[in-house]
Amino acid sequence: MDLLDGSLVTLADAVRDGTISALEVADATLARISAAGADATGTYLDVDAERTRAQARAVDDKRARGEALGALAGVPIGLKDALCTRDARTTCGSKILEGFRPPYDATAVARLRAADAVFTGKLNMDEFAMGSSNENSAYGPVKNPWDPTRVPGGSSGGSAVAVASGLAHATLGSDTGGSIRQPAALCGVVGLKPTYGRVSRYGLVAFASSLDQIGPFARDVRGAARVLEVIAGHDGHDATSVPRPVEDFVGACGRDPKGLRVGVPEEYLRAAGDSGLEPDVQASIEQALRALEGLGCTLVPIHMPHTRHAVATYYVVATAEASSNLARFDGVRYGVRVDPGRDLEAMYGATRDRGFGAEVKRRILLGTYVLSAGYYDAYYTKALKVRTLIRRDFEAAFAQCDVIAGPTSPQVAWPLGEKVDDPLKMYLADVFTLPASLAGVPGISVPAAPSKTGLPIGLQLVADAWQEARLLTLAHAFEQVSPAKGLRPSAIAR
Amino acid sequence: MSAAASNGFEPVIGLEVHAQLLTRTKQFCSCPTSFGAEPNTNVCPVCLGLPGALPVLNAEAVSMAVRTALALHCTIRERSIFARKNYFYPDLPKGYQISQFDLPFSEHGWLEIPDPASPEGTRRVGITRVHLEEDAGKNLHGVVLAEGRSVVDLNRAGTPLIEIVGEPELRSAADAVAYLKQLRDILVALGVNDGNLEEGSFRCDVNISVRPRGSSVLGTRVEIKNVNSFRHVQRAIEFETARLAAVVEAGERFGQHTRQWNDTEGSTVFLREKEGSDDYRYFPDPDLPPLVLESAWVEARRRELPELPADRRARLCSALKLSPYDAEVLTGHPRIAEFFDGVLATRPEDPVWAKRAANFVMTEVLADTRTHGLQASFPATPAQISAILELVDAGTLSGKQAKELYARVRGTPDDPASVAAAAGMVQMSDTALLEELCRKILESNPKQVAAYRGGKSGTLGFFVGHVMKETKGSANPAIVNELLRKLLAT
Ligand SMILES: [Zn+2]
Repeated sequence: MDLLDGSLVTLADAVRDGTISALEVADATLARISAAGADATGTYLDVDAERTRAQARAVDDKRARGEALGALAGVPIGLKDALCTRDARTTCGSKILEGFRPPYDATAVARLRAADAVFTGKLNMDEFAMGSSNENSAYGPVKNPWDPTRVPGGSSGGSAVAVASGLAHATLGSDTGGSIRQPAALCGVVGLKPTYGRVSRYGLVAFASSLDQIGPFARDVRGAARVLEVIAGHDGHDATSVPRPVEDFVGACGRDPKGLRVGVPEEYLRAAGDSGLEPDVQASIEQALRALEGLGCTLVPIHMPHTRHAVATYYVVATAEASSNLARFDGVRYGVRVDPGRDLEAMYGATRDRGFGAEVKRRILLGTYVLSAGYYDAYYTKALKVRTLIRRDFEAAFAQCDVIAGPTSPQVAWPLGEKVDDPLKMYLADVFTLPASLAGVPGISVPAAPSKTGLPIGLQLVADAWQEARLLTLAHAFEQVSPAKGLRPSAIAR
Repeated sequence: MSAAASNGFEPVIGLEVHAQLLTRTKQFCSCPTSFGAEPNTNVCPVCLGLPGALPVLNAEAVSMAVRTALALHCTIRERSIFARKNYFYPDLPKGYQISQFDLPFSEHGWLEIPDPASPEGTRRVGITRVHLEEDAGKNLHGVVLAEGRSVVDLNRAGTPLIEIVGEPELRSAADAVAYLKQLRDILVALGVNDGNLEEGSFRCDVNISVRPRGSSVLGTRVEIKNVNSFRHVQRAIEFETARLAAVVEAGERFGQHTRQWNDTEGSTVFLREKEGSDDYRYFPDPDLPPLVLESAWVEARRRELPELPADRRARLCSALKLSPYDAEVLTGHPRIAEFFDGVLATRPEDPVWAKRAANFVMTEVLADTRTHGLQASFPATPAQISAILELVDAGTLSGKQAKELYARVRGTPDDPASVAAAAGMVQMSDTALLEELCRKILESNPKQVAAYRGGKSGTLGFFVGHVMKETKGSANPAIVNELLRKLLAT
């Protein structure tokens, strides 16, 4: 079915005008999921064909009644398992929430429903979104469709893979330090992290509240723009969501980027060894920069001097918040309870010991430590100060340029298992995505080129807060000239 | 009195009060705050601490908290921060309490307590800070579903609280009780709290240490948790003062710790070692932006403040010459204070009228007024009471008749003047008639007449009483007094 592999906007329009029914689209997608052996690849944690078909039928019925359909009519959309769904269990990739069924929908999920999207299921992820390879899921790893021996990136690994392998037309992920952009880059799809406050976090199981942001994965930039239009906008249930108008993001795709000043941070492309930047990635990004020049943009060299502190700052701020956010998983009200039958303390200890995986425990310990009396100022207070400096790097940069461009990930997808025993090495994989998260500004990863070995490489574009439209204009223009245009993992290409 | 005083020790006391705000909904979600519901029914994803749920601050709670801080003469911080206090307990759904820590929304206030030793009759006690936080749920002790399990009710979780921290400037149990009463009256007058200690909507922790009288060095502090009545506060402080004095005098060393008042035993018992070991890892709550209180908004709240109990008492005592006791009774409850003001309304500056109104309200009306929390149900309206008193003032009714009239109109919407006229209730002021009655009474009581004439002027009341009895209280007492004096003098 061509429509399934075409653009999201075309598909939604086809369902709206009745060219194809939502049920047909759902069935075709479900067939692919079942053919792919979702269990084998580990992409989905929860698929319920009947639930999906019922939702699709409801969309068709709505059309039959003569009601206008929403902007995502019949589009099969998968959801990262960190998003609460009232009709599907939500585990956040953790044993501690095994079988947990929330009584409510996340705001972003409710908005997708209201726009007549059809949910394919819940997608695998690193436990509590902590990870860069999806190997920290309690329910097994996700494999990269370009090479099943490699990681898909993380933490929204399932969300990236589902789109890359055609097991959903678009998906939602969440990005705390790069968890949308990095797996999008490693899987060759578009992934967008909006400005902090653009999309309500209500119903997103929190990892680090001051950094978490929900965003779309899609096959093309325009598709991501359409999903963003639906999920963005102020929500009275999230005090950090900002009342800004939702612009015409789809319309921004197709505008001429001519004249945009593109900042190229010296620090991002400097000596490959420093940041672990692979020569192959460096070469592709330099090629992408020339393509941007070809679109009429001006390249401006800029400096982001505090980039080198981003990893340390992030792992203090994010773990501090996580240590508190994850306190609610205590076995008292929901999820798994392990009770040795001695006393309350023993119940807490056993529940959290058995419920949480190693990386989650590591971060809770780290976060608890940096907030402890006597260490708070040295770590947490200092990290907040450096975070301000990183924000200022961006302010200074955006005084000189409109968009910042660079690699999304310093390397292509690496072999499964390669970094699992070296957390620090794993943390460094996020070096280029962390700064935008700390500054709260929007970023997008667009497929830039295949590597020499045929693995995807992503170009990251970052704009100032609330400048998603500008970001999408440039991303869309680049997408049209990218050497990666039209490339699909071999499994899908045939 | 206590051993401490005789041993030359004085207590240094500071009180921390947690008061539930009377908002319609909880602090960070839209669940109702009403009590008495089935356990775990007034709950939602937010106050249950479900994954993904987020807090959104209740504007009504902010407004109430700011009014409280202004009434306590606090300065308002324009930009304050909500912080998370992290600890594990089954009644704490999120594993942290949202509170305020190093940047509370208000600080540096005071309230006045009675102080007979000072020339003004009052003394200021400092308020360190007032801040906003959320209440926890309740562990239902005694409810057991299965062996080794207890039951938690989260209906109360997320109820808005203000914590009011007082400076350690109280020097006796009586001081502490006076402070608490003043504070309670202020909160109740503001309509932000129902002042109910027993049901836990106004809770008090006592911080206390002792030191040799005259010393300025602070001793080691103990905290007595959740003392839930004024009487318990009084007794707990008296007990603890004596206990600490004895311990200190015996040279025993002890660390900061928390104790609990056991009212049955009449003593405090050790609960746990103090905070040094607790580390709540406070940090700014990333889910809540800073609370910004613009000065224009704060000033608007200041203008909304009602007359507070202390000001009302001062007005009743100084301008209207009521006794401090009467003023206290008539301002102790906000609805009673309003009622009394309603009776005064026609002559707000007349001390004679005020005295008559005070007597009537206190002896008649309050006898069958029911109060429940902030609510009160009155047997009559202020307008009815002032209409009755007008009839007395005009000489139409005697005091006794006024009481009768009140009994007739009580619980009805009727106009007292019409009821009095219809019932023919008019004071007997016919001098000729009364004089004849007085003569008869004097003639039939020769012994008392002799006593009066022999110098026992108090006997006059005896004759007045008889006249009143004969006339069923309708005789005009002023005329009767005058007639009797005249007849007895001849
Ligand atoms: Zn609630």
